[in-house]
Amino acid sequence: MSRKAGLPRRDFLKAMGAAAGVAAALPPRAEADEAIKRDHGKQESDGQGHGAAQRVTPFQSPLFFNSVEADAVVALVDTLIPKDDVGPGGVEVGIPTFIDRAMAGAFGRGARMYLQGPFAEGTPEQGYQLSLTPAELYRLGIADLNNWCAKSYGGNHFHQLSPSNRRLVLEEIESGKVEFAQVPAGVFFQLLLQNTMEGYFGDPIHGGNRDKATWEMIGFPGVGDGYIETIETYRNKKYFTNPKSIQDLS
Amino acid sequence: MATRLKPVDIVIVGLGWTGGIFAKELSDSGLSVLVLERGNPRDTFPDFLAPNIHDEIRYAQRHELMQDASRDTLSFRNNASQTALPMRQLGSFLPGDGVGGAGVHWNGQTWRWLPWDHEPLTRTLARYGKKAIPAEMNLQDWGISYDELEPFYDKFERLCGISGKAGNLRGVKIKGGNIFEGTRQNDYPNPPLTQSYAGELFEKATEGLGYHAFPCPSANASQPYTNPDEVAFGQCNYCGFCERFGCWSNAKASPHFTLVPLLAAKPNVEIRTGARVLKVNLDEAGKRAKSVTYANARGVTFEQPAELVILAAYTLGNTHLMLLSGIGRPYDPQSGEGVVGRNYTYQINSGATVFLKKDTWLNPFMGAGALQMVIDDFNGDNFDHLREGFIGGGNIYCPSYGGRPFGFRPVPAGTPRWGTKWKREVVDHYHRTLFVNNQGSVMAYRHNYLDLDPNYRDPFGRPLLRMTFDFHPNEKRQADVLADVCVGIGRAIGAERVDRVGAPEKYSITPYQTTHNAGGAVLGTDPNTSAVNRYLQSWDVSNVFVAGASAFPQNSSKNPTGPVGALAFWAADAIKNRYLKNPGLLT
Ligand SMILES: Cc1cc2nc3c(=O)[nH]c(=O)nc-3n(C[C@H](O)[C@H](O)[C@H](O)COP(=O)(O)OP(=O)(O)OC[C@H]3O[C@@H](n4cnc5c(N)ncnc54)[C@H](O)[C@@H]3O)c2cc1C
Repeated sequence: MSRKAGLPRRDFLKAMGAAAGVAAALPPRAEADEAIKRDHGKQESDGQGHGAAQRVTPFQSPLFFNSVEADAVVALVDTLIPKDDVGPGGVEVGIPTFIDRAMAGAFGRGARMYLQGPFAEGTPEQGYQLSLTPAELYRLGIADLNNWCAKSYGGNHFHQLSPSNRRLVLEEIESGKVEFAQVPAGVFFQLLLQNTMEGYFGDPIHGGNRDKATWEMIGFPGVGDGYIETIETYRNKKYFTNPKSIQDLS
Repeated sequence: MATRLKPVDIVIVGLGWTGGIFAKELSDSGLSVLVLERGNPRDTFPDFLAPNIHDEIRYAQRHELMQDASRDTLSFRNNASQTALPMRQLGSFLPGDGVGGAGVHWNGQTWRWLPWDHEPLTRTLARYGKKAIPAEMNLQDWGISYDELEPFYDKFERLCGISGKAGNLRGVKIKGGNIFEGTRQNDYPNPPLTQSYAGELFEKATEGLGYHAFPCPSANASQPYTNPDEVAFGQCNYCGFCERFGCWSNAKASPHFTLVPLLAAKPNVEIRTGARVLKVNLDEAGKRAKSVTYANARGVTFEQPAELVILAAYTLGNTHLMLLSGIGRPYDPQSGEGVVGRNYTYQINSGATVFLKKDTWLNPFMGAGALQMVIDDFNGDNFDHLREGFIGGGNIYCPSYGGRPFGFRPVPAGTPRWGTKWKREVVDHYHRTLFVNNQGSVMAYRHNYLDLDPNYRDPFGRPLLRMTFDFHPNEKRQADVLADVCVGIGRAIGAERVDRVGAPEKYSITPYQTTHNAGGAVLGTDPNTSAVNRYLQSWDVSNVFVAGASAFPQNSSKNPTGPVGALAFWAADAIKNRYLKNPGLLT
C-alpha cells in the first residue's frame, strides 16, 4: 500500500489508539490492495497524502463495532471530515472512537427513545419512525453501504474505494439517489453526520476532539471560562486562550 | 390495587416554576401540601457543578436534564387526515423532568406580555373590525387584563431577580427600555446584563432604522442579588452554557434553589420525587377530585387522597391528565365543541443570518441565556396591521447565548454540510456571524388541538397525548414579513452577506424550535370556550386548578414564563384568600 494513498499509517494507528505491532501482525488483504491499485488506475489522488483506501482497520478495542464496521466508520469519518490545510481530520481527533462509545452506551441503545409499535413510515414532519435504535441503524446501514458499494464498485467495500469515489458515494446518498436494501440511506446518513459533528466539536471527554484540536481550530476557548471581565473590553477584539476541556479542569 | 395513602389537604402535580410557586404560597395557609414530581431530586450541588455541567454532548445533545421520551412522549400529525405517529425522540421542544422542571435548563428571558396579548380579541375588533380575523381562528381574551396581573408580574420578577431596564414606569416612557411595555409600578430588581458586541451592533442599527432597541429582561442576574425570600443569587459570568444546562453559580433563577429550599424548611410541605401521577380520580358525579393515582420509581402505584389538586405538569402534561381523568369536556374539532385540548398553540420562527466583514470579533462564546437586544416595534399590535394581512407579531432579537461549537456553526446558505469546503466556511465564519431572529406569535385555530391517541400507549398503559398542529397562512405571512425586517436590520448592521430564513412551509416535530407549547386548558370567562376560569380553576371540577401555559388562549411572540409565573401567583392568591375560606367555583 503506497504511503501516498493511505492515511499515514502512524497517525492512523494513533487515531485508533492501537498498540504498535498489532496491525503489523494482521494478515495482508490482497483483495483490498487490488482495489487500491484498480482505483488508482482511474482515480486522481487527492494529493494530500491521506484518506484513500485502507487495508485492515486496526480499531484496537472497539466497544460496539466489529472490524468490518470499524473499517467503514473510519473511512466514512475520514471522508466527511478529511485532514486538510484548514484543520484536523475527523479520524485523527478520534471521531470513530466517539461514535463507537456512543453506540455502546445509552444513546446507541435508544435508552431515551420511544420504540413501541406499530411502526409506519410517516411524513418527514413526523420525524424518526424506524423501529431501530441508533446502534442497530449503524449495523444495518453499514452492511447496506458495503453491499451497495460492492455492487457499484466491483466488489469493494466503502473503505476500499478511493477518496474521490467515497465522496461521490456520500454525495449520492445525501442527495437521495441511493437506495439501501434494509434501511433508508438518508436516515442513516443523517445520524452518521450528526454523530460525526458531535465527535468533532464535543468535549474530548467523549473520545473525540482529541487535544481540543477542533476548538483550537475555530478559536473556542473551551469550558469553564467566564467572560464577565472581558465581554465589554473584548468587543470586536480577538480573544484567545488555550482551550480548556472538562478533564483539564477536573 | 393501588395502596391508599393518608389524605393530605393539597396535592400538587409537578415541581417546576408553577408547582413550586403554588406550593410556597399555599403552604402559608398551614394546610398540608404534598408535591408529587415524576423525576429525581436535583440541586446545584452536586448536580450542576462546573466543569462537568459544561458538557455540550451530555446536556445539549443527549438531553440529560429533560423529559425521557421512552416514558413520556406524545404522538403528532400535521392534520386530521394523517395518522399521528409517536415522537420517538425529543426534538421540537424539550420539556423538563425532575425537581425544578424546565426551570433548571431554561434561558431566563422573562417577559411581561403586552396588554394587547391579554385581550387581543377586544383590541383587534376595536381597531380593525371583524373582517380582520380569519374564519378558523379562535381569537380570545384572557378575561384578566394586564393591569390586574401587573402586581403578580412584579412578584415573579422579584422572585427571579430579573435584570432589565423599565421602558414604561408608571406611565413615563424611558428610552433604552421597552417603550411599548404595559405600565409597570416598579423598575426591575437588577440593572441589565452587559451587552455583547453583537447586541451593540444591533442596537445601533435598529436605532438608525427608527426602531427602539432594549435589553431582554433576564433571569440571569447581572449582579449578586438577594430576593424577598432571602434567597441569594450569584452573578452571571457569561459562560455561555445556559439553555439546556443547569447553572453552576445560581445566577440563573430556577425553582430548585429559589423555591425548593423554602419548601423543604416547612413542616407542612412534603416533596415526593419519583412519583408520576397517572390520573386524577373523581367522585361518581365527576364533579370533585378525590385523589390522584401515582406510580413510584419502581412502578408501584398508590392512591393519594386530597381535598384540592393543582396540576402543574406543564402544558402537555396538564392537558394529558385532564383528558385521562375526565376533567372538563374534551374538545371535538368536528363540532367545535368541548374545551380540553382546544386552542393548542406554539410559536413560529424566521429571521436572518448576518455575516459580518472579515476580522470582526463577536466572540460568540461570551454569552448568557437571556443576553440579547430586542425590538418590540413589530410585536403585538405595536404597528399597523391593516396593510400586512395578519394578526399578531414578532419578538425580533439579536441573541448572544454562547458559541458552543456543536450548536453554533453558522455558514452561508448553500455551503456543503461536510468536507473541506464546509470546514473552511465554519472556521471562516465562527467569529463574525450573528443572528437577527423573529420569534412570532401563533394564534389558535379550530383544527389545531390535543386529544388522546387511539393507537399508541405509554409504558403505564395510558393512551399518549395526540397533537394535531400546523402553521396557518396568518402566521406564515407574519414570519415572512418579519424575516424581511430582520434582513433589513442585518443590512443596516453593515453585513458582508445576509441570508434570509423565511417562514417554514409546515410545522415539523424534529428540529428544535421553542419549548413554548401553549393552550389545551385555556382560561377565560366563558365555559364554552375555556377549560378553566380566570383563577385557573376547572369549570367542571372546582377543586382542580391547572397552572402553566396550558392556560394561554393563544400564544404571544414572547417567551411564556413571565405570565406563567404571574398567573401562578395570581391564582394562588385567589385560592389562599378566597377559595380556602369557601371552597367552590370562584367568580
Ligand atoms: C431549552 C429551554 C429554554 C427555555 N427558555 C425560556 C426563556 O428564556 N424564557 C421563558 O420564559 N421560558 C423559557 N422556557 C420555558 C420555560 O422553561 C417554561 O415555561 C417553564 O419552565 C414552565 O414551568 P411549568 O411549571 O409550567 O412546567 P415545568 O417546568 O415543565 O414543570 C413541570 C414539572 O412537572 C413534572 N411532571 C410532569 N408530568 C408529571 C406527572 N404526571 N406526575 C408528576 N410530575 C409530573 C415534570 O417532571 C416537571 O418537573 C424554556 C424552556 C426550555 C426547555
